[in-house]
Amino acid sequence: MSASRQATRRLAVTLLAILALAGCGSDGGGSSGGGDVLVSAATSLKTAFTNYGEQFGDADAQFSFAGSDELAAQVRSGAKPDIFASANTKLPDALYADGLVEKPTVFAANRLVLAVAAGTTKVRSLHDLGAKGVTIAIGSPAVPIGSYTRKVLGRLDAVQRKAILANVRTNEPDVGGISAKLTQKAVDAGFLYVTDVTATNGRLKAIELPGRLQPAVAYGVAIVTGARHRKAARAFIAGLLDGTGPQALADAGFQPATAAVSP
Amino acid sequence: MTRGRWFAPALVVALAVVLTFLTLPVVAIFVRSSPGNLIAALDDPGVLDALWLSLRTTLLALAIIVVFGTPAAYLLATRSFRGHALVVTLVELPLVLPPAVAGVGLLAAIGPGGIAGGLVAETGLRLALETAGVVVALTFVAAPFFIRGAQTAFAAVDRSWLEASRTLGASEARTFLRVAVPAAAPGMLAGLALAWGRAVGEFGATLIFAGSFRGRTQTAPLAIYERLGTDFDAALALSAVLVIVSGTLLLSARLLGGQGVAARAAR
Repeated sequence: MSASRQATRRLAVTLLAILALAGCGSDGGGSSGGGDVLVSAATSLKTAFTNYGEQFGDADAQFSFAGSDELAAQVRSGAKPDIFASANTKLPDALYADGLVEKPTVFAANRLVLAVAAGTTKVRSLHDLGAKGVTIAIGSPAVPIGSYTRKVLGRLDAVQRKAILANVRTNEPDVGGISAKLTQKAVDAGFLYVTDVTATNGRLKAIELPGRLQPAVAYGVAIVTGARHRKAARAFIAGLLDGTGPQALADAGFQPATAAVSP
Repeated sequence: MTRGRWFAPALVVALAVVLTFLTLPVVAIFVRSSPGNLIAALDDPGVLDALWLSLRTTLLALAIIVVFGTPAAYLLATRSFRGHALVVTLVELPLVLPPAVAGVGLLAAIGPGGIAGGLVAETGLRLALETAGVVVALTFVAAPFFIRGAQTAFAAVDRSWLEASRTLGASEARTFLRVAVPAAAPGMLAGLALAWGRAVGEFGATLIFAGSFRGRTQTAPLAIYERLGTDFDAALALSAVLVIVSGTLLLSARLLGGQGVAARAAR
């Protein structure tokens, strides 16, 4: 009897300890002024946001990077990050229309480039992409990079477009997948944001696209409706627009939001 | 007496918690969408391509696993040698490796820039981002499931049968094919069913090593992932198919495994 009571007490203590640990985890300790601000952001924002997050003083920022479509689907299914930052304006606008996020703001612009591994010469320009034996990685249609890429291809003549599409070997779920396939030389070329190429520290090389093919790439950010750390989230977005954010974004190769005009 | 009074109900409560937690996601896949919607969502060429590719690649992987895995398992089960435990551990390592690690490892080993990438390229075989690469990834993650099952089954075969076969003049190879394999068949099939289940569900290693391209490398789990954001109904429908396939495979593994145990017990 006493042995079992002791065991029960030990079990109870263990359970309490686990609960206490779990509690700490979800609150982030509480000492950082209102807790950590949870940011779901497009993979292409990784370098810029990580740097900005280190300088952001109001709270600790915790990031979850993935394809914007994937993150939007998480918000749709009830996940509650504090902030959703997307590589387009379409996804935040759609979530706003459904009341899932507050009014989105455009905070940065980017541009598409053709990316190749540094030191390779198989692909020197867009014209080489349709050649026999060239392999290409692009984003899946659901993720912004994939939809922008299809916009670019849509502005080419049908013959060239068909030749390029025939060489596509993989539709990756986010820019990270495309970068990896390029740096591992699994493909000869891929379409990425110029910032993704900058982020590889010279392992990839960017080939600029003609201006007439360039789509308008605007990044939208919004506070998720019912965010638990709303105050910190507001401060995070304010700093992104008018604090240390613009410098971190510029360092990563982003352009100011005003550059995102549709051609 | 007081001790027994709380223990049995506690066990029941624990089981109820476990059962609810483990079955709820599976139930939700079927309940969240109506059967009509599920069937309608299956009528999508991309979904059918993914299922067809999954079937072809998993069957090819299983064939490779059986051809090389059966003799390897027989050797491990019937011989003892220095480093036996180490070899068994190495063979079983993919069981506990995260799939992402398997994918990165395959890229680093036999990807175009990998340490043996040049060797692969010389044979004219293209693996990364090709259907063959999917088969390689599936074989890597699923092989230990079969080899483990086959090894256990071979080890359980009565040694006196093998000796009798040899005494009667049968060669070692003939003994293996005509006595050991038939006797171990139920256990081998159970292992094969588990390997198939693992191969059907493979995601991370495939995405990292083979990419995702419809009809070529986009297996059913990758097709689910691609549809998550845009077409949740189709993602549910594909998931439902995989639940049925995996459940059937598990059930056959249990039935075959049970039969093997029963057969051994009867001897």
